Amino acid sequence: MVDIKHIVEEKIQIIEVSGDVDASSSIHLDNAMSKAVEQKTNIIADLSGLSYISSAGLGVFMSYLQEMENNNQQLILCGLNEKVLEVFQILGLDQLLIIKDNKEEARLQLDATV
Amino acid sequence: MQPYNIKISCSTSRLLEVRQFISSVLEAHNYPEIETHKLVLAVDEVCANLIIHSNDCNPKREIELTVKFNDQKSIIFEIVDKGVSFDMNQYKEPALSELVSSKRKGGLGLMLVKRIMDKIEFKSEKNTNICRLIKLID
Repeated sequence: MVDIKHIVEEKIQIIEVSGDVDASSSIHLDNAMSKAVEQKTNIIADLSGLSYISSAGLGVFMSYLQEMENNNQQLILCGLNEKVLEVFQILGLDQLLIIKDNKEEARLQLDATV
Repeated sequence: MQPYNIKISCSTSRLLEVRQFISSVLEAHNYPEIETHKLVLAVDEVCANLIIHSNDCNPKREIELTVKFNDQKSIIFEIVDKGVSFDMNQYKEPALSELVSSKRKGGLGLMLVKRIMDKIEFKSEKNTNICRLIKLID
């Protein structure tokens, strides 16, 4: 089961993901990401409540990178626990995505790049 | 030692059960927690693949998962199904850059399995496919 909240602020959007993202629940993350990418503002994916992610979830983030680059939009992931981070690291996705410790650092990163 | 065994119908909603099963078996054998998570992930990926691609999410079909401990030398995860056969060893990994530019969502699961497990064996006979994932114990 996964719970996703989409918070729209003036300049950024925050997608809070908690629970498990696997092959059965990744569709919910995909729907949220799709809506957020349409808005064309930067996105912080707060994964601090995420306890498990499989390739289905990784694939969702990866599949929007090209479109976000075209839109000049940034995606920052934050709050990953040790196990979730390791899943990204096994495939080297931590080199491809921007990953910060927490939401505050993610906001700072966006301020610095705007 | 008796192997551990579970049968599930081919629905992705059953993957949580697969993960809980693998976790509890490994925990009972005092396997380290962070390593357990990786093995749970790899088995989840293979089962998801079989459910979705080999068995078309048909809940009337089943996959059977067995865990065997081989004399403290290795752990063998055996996954049996009767769907369309698919040999992971024949699978050519896409480059990450290719996945990004093609906006594909799939393709990462088997990459994870190959990096986590030490050996993957596959055989298919009489409409039955057997996939064996082998993890050596240090």
